[in-house]
Amino acid sequence: MSNTVRTAFVVNGKSAQADVEPRTTLADCLRRDLKLTGTHIGCEHGVCGACTVLIDGEAVRACLTLAVQADGRAITTVEGLPGADPAALGPLQAAFRKHHALQCGFCTPGILTTAHALLSEEPHADAERIREVLSGNLCRCTGYVTIVEAVLEARAAYGGPAYQGGGHHR
Amino acid sequence: MLTIPPEPSQCGIRSMKPAAFDYARPETLDAAIALLARHGSEAKPIAGGQSLMPMLAFRLAAPRLLVDITRITDLNRVEVSPNGLSLGALVRWRDIERDPRVAQAHPLLREAVRHVAHYQIRNRGTVGGSLAHADPAAELPGIAVTCDARIVIAGARGRRKITATEFFHGPLMTALDDGELIVALELPPFPSARRWAFEEFARRRGDFALAGVALFYDVDPAGRVSEAHVGAIGVSDTPIRLGEAEAVINGTVLSEQLIHKAAAAASAGVEPADDIHASGAYRRSLLGVLTERALARASGIPIAESA
Repeated sequence: MSNTVRTAFVVNGKSAQADVEPRTTLADCLRRDLKLTGTHIGCEHGVCGACTVLIDGEAVRACLTLAVQADGRAITTVEGLPGADPAALGPLQAAFRKHHALQCGFCTPGILTTAHALLSEEPHADAERIREVLSGNLCRCTGYVTIVEAVLEARAAYGGPAYQGGGHHR
Repeated sequence: MLTIPPEPSQCGIRSMKPAAFDYARPETLDAAIALLARHGSEAKPIAGGQSLMPMLAFRLAAPRLLVDITRITDLNRVEVSPNGLSLGALVRWRDIERDPRVAQAHPLLREAVRHVAHYQIRNRGTVGGSLAHADPAAELPGIAVTCDARIVIAGARGRRKITATEFFHGPLMTALDDGELIVALELPPFPSARRWAFEEFARRRGDFALAGVALFYDVDPAGRVSEAHVGAIGVSDTPIRLGEAEAVINGTVLSEQLIHKAAAAASAGVEPADDIHASGAYRRSLLGVLTERALARASGIPIAESA
């Protein structure tokens, strides 16, 4: 077993550090060391998107990033998104609830973080762009229609267009 | 009676998918090369990790030392000059997609890169990583071969430049020696009047292509094609040029008939193997269709698809 490396980052606005083996993925470090179990681990080889977090504002797969590579960076997990408090849902979570954009919920943290990164960069993303971006997040329950609808509605809160509603159901 | 084992962390055991390795994060290229040289075949460079991390997770790669090159600031430059477009090894798909200079200097590259992987992977995956990984279906190696690009490699004995065709030896195999590091990809100038197209087919967006075609050619005032470069991905052990298809169109004024003939030559020029994703016959047929579509798009000639 190799030595551990002291790794420090800012996670959801707070300083955090962990002593990790270099082979520890960021996903495992967040869940095991920092007890932030909102980040879900599905495939562990970069296919399913469930472990998506933001590093310096950019969506990445936490299973394809070593914890030591995130040293000194700012990380946002699903727990750090606006409105993670159940008493006051943020725009994405509220839209997901309204549109029934989840069933089992396993993929939801990765989809919320991905959508948050997308809308922060591209608040005018249209349904096609949203579908393109969410192609990196596997959901086996919903068929995506309600997810796309929820993200379209949430755009307004990020400075995007007002929600017109209903037009994208097929 | 069913007993539920305690969580691994409660036993003091932590499951890890990759084999153990040491980690170094040099700040300069010289320091990185010195480390790689010292550890030879036991060391591997890592940047975005979007190809290497799955290899580590499956233990298809088990280096003793990972040399993280992501903090070496010299390697993330995009440079446009009269000599062409130079992409540092750490340039990411995201950087290419968002750089208006790339769109202007090399529209074929930009179009091909739009097909690479998914949003999250595009934020970390790099030029150097894609070249070094050498997946035969990957877009950037295909563009490098099609465009006669050169790959700049640094090692303990200095730098060397080799053509992309010489660089790719087989699936996941390259001309890189132990201790060497890709520092840049150099693409020759791409005149703005040049005709070009990129077409690929993948089952789902972001998947590796079952086959893909990148092509370009110049047109003289009389409308004749010259300098035809037709390249293919996903149909061979490495990305390849399709010389037979190039020969069909060079010196001609393109027509629908010639496009069909070039597509037939493209199909006839490859012998893809059967694998779990598609039969060889399917990939060969698909390559013909994609060649037709690419030539139709590049030339503006509408075609009736033959396949």
